[in-house]
Amino acid sequence: MSTLLEVSGVSVTFDGFRAINNLSFQIAEAEMRAVIGPNGAGKTTFMDIVTGKTRPDEGRVIWGEKSVSLLGMNEAKIAQAGVGRKFQKPTVFEDQSVQENLLMALQNKRGWLAVLRYRPSPEDLVKVVDLAEKIGLKDQLFRKSGELSHGQKQWLEIGMLLAQEPRLLLVDEPAAGMTPAEREHTTDILVEAAKTRAVVVVEHDMEFVRRLNCKVTVLHEGAVLAEGSLDHVTSDQNVIDVYLER
Amino acid sequence: MKRSFIAKNPSVLIFLAILALFTLLITVMSEGFGVGGISTSFIKTLGKTLCLCLIALAMDVIWGYTGILSLGHFAFFGLGGYMIGMWLMYERTRLIVVDSLAQAEIPPTDGEVIDAIGNQIFGVVGSSDFPLIWAFADSLMIQLMLVVLVPGLLALVFGWLAFRSRVTGVYLSILTQAMTLALALYLFQNDSGLRGNNGLSGLQNLPGVTASQDHVSLWFFWASAAALGGGYVLCAWLVSGKFGSVLRAIRDNEARVRFLGYSVEMYKLVIFTLTACIAAIAGALYYPQAGIINPAEIAPIASIYLAVWVAIGGRGRLYGAVIGAAFVSLLSTWFTGGQAPDINLGFYTIKWVDWWLVLLGLSFVLVTLFAPKGIGGLIDIFTDRRAAKEAKQ
Ligand SMILES: Nc1ncnc2c1ncn2[C@@H]1O[C@H](COP(=O)(O)OP(=O)(O)O)[C@@H](O)[C@H]1O
Ligand SMILES: [Mg+2]
Repeated sequence: MSTLLEVSGVSVTFDGFRAINNLSFQIAEAEMRAVIGPNGAGKTTFMDIVTGKTRPDEGRVIWGEKSVSLLGMNEAKIAQAGVGRKFQKPTVFEDQSVQENLLMALQNKRGWLAVLRYRPSPEDLVKVVDLAEKIGLKDQLFRKSGELSHGQKQWLEIGMLLAQEPRLLLVDEPAAGMTPAEREHTTDILVEAAKTRAVVVVEHDMEFVRRLNCKVTVLHEGAVLAEGSLDHVTSDQNVIDVYLER
Repeated sequence: MKRSFIAKNPSVLIFLAILALFTLLITVMSEGFGVGGISTSFIKTLGKTLCLCLIALAMDVIWGYTGILSLGHFAFFGLGGYMIGMWLMYERTRLIVVDSLAQAEIPPTDGEVIDAIGNQIFGVVGSSDFPLIWAFADSLMIQLMLVVLVPGLLALVFGWLAFRSRVTGVYLSILTQAMTLALALYLFQNDSGLRGNNGLSGLQNLPGVTASQDHVSLWFFWASAAALGGGYVLCAWLVSGKFGSVLRAIRDNEARVRFLGYSVEMYKLVIFTLTACIAAIAGALYYPQAGIINPAEIAPIASIYLAVWVAIGGRGRLYGAVIGAAFVSLLSTWFTGGQAPDINLGFYTIKWVDWWLVLLGLSFVLVTLFAPKGIGGLIDIFTDRRAAKEAKQ
């Protein structure tokens, strides 16, 4: 399988503190990857770099078969190129309905003129209903998303991500604050999504990661500590030390 | 498409109906076309109020819906007024000059006519030459286009610089205040080409029109009502649908909108420029009714008042902006015009001319603290309750 995203030798320093230290990371198309690591390991910062929120001091971020650099692009351009992101804290537009949120995320032209002229086509509305069904919000389409429960907001955000039809999905701690049943549903959605695209999931919860059943990358102090199957990395002495240390 | 838009926004129809009824009522009560009862000067006040409602709509779209607290939109309003004022003043002076020179024994040359007009207009600032910016003042068509083009271009350049550097929040508000202050200070200069602090005057007289002010005032009143109606439909269309969705999303979390792939800067620039153009049209209708425009009109405080009107009326709902602008500006006219009875407390007499600003400031604070949705929010409570009742049945 060809490489979709290649991060190599990336470093970021915040006020003298090295949050990311010579990090290299690769993911192929249609691959699921879990990223674990203690708090402050640089997992969120890694996503910030890929999505254009944070500019690294050095290193390269190469994207797609044409090997374009994401570093020269702004957030909107990177998103248009096919990188979708779910934040650690659920961020949906609370003042707007579930349908409005999904319609905004739906893969369509993003320019202001096109958006001004846009009327939802029947196909688009069907897509929205299908998505809502997938994330268990079919009966909540016209509710203000601010009224949803925490878990439902997490799902709505995942739904918005899927609506974007990205080639790479970056998901930051999706299971935080979810009930066990909700977690299971979330796993199903992510596993399903990874069949057709690359998915990177940051998660603390080992059970959750086990259920994803995929290759795991362990981050520590801004660099890759270990990589491989979950059993492989959890038996790695370095990983055990880092986790036991805490 | 049109039908579904109106169907989805019944408030637009209600607003247009109320506006039409109001216009009809005022016309019937006017000196010029009706039975009388409303003075011509009050009709002008009402016409000007409609223009203020229009710029309040623009303010609501940029602030209430998009979350950009621009404190500079009165600059665009004033520029719109200046652009139409230039033609009004030039053309009227030209007619007067031609008239007075007609009696001369030797017919005047074109150059002499131009010189005489220049003398008339720029005498007060010790000059008689036409500045370059008056090049098109003899053409109504071009000046009408400039009403939109000049403020639009200023907004485009300012917005491009500010949004591209991602200036947001209070910093952007301060920047817009600086813009309107700089423009006002520039116009105050005698060699600004727009008669310094004298401004442009006599704008209530339409060149070549012999109709009395009783009639002219109503023409402008109608034009203002039509512009407000059109502006309301335009703004309602802008803030509905997916475009409106993106605007409100930018207001609530612009970073998130970027990660959805929307160019936030571009949307801000578009809506900033568009609302500036609406403000400019409002200004171009306002100043012929006011009769005079001078740089004091675009002092920074004017744009702050605009924000206060929209806040009191209820931002994020278009009728709220209209109610706020109409209510507060009419009250302001009443209080500061000396009509409001002073209150004698025995030991102290409250003179409203002095105390109105205190009252306004206090209301602003109270509304912000206790009724963040403003007067429009009260209407929401009413309609929500009715909707809930209907849902129950
Ligand atoms: N914008 C920032 N400014 C300063 N320090 C930051 C910033 N973002 C992250 N950091 C620091 O970088 C480190 C990594 O943070 P983060 O990527 O959020 O960790 P994780 O998501 O793995 O818990 C932390 O020590 C954090 O305090
Ligand atoms: Mg994190």
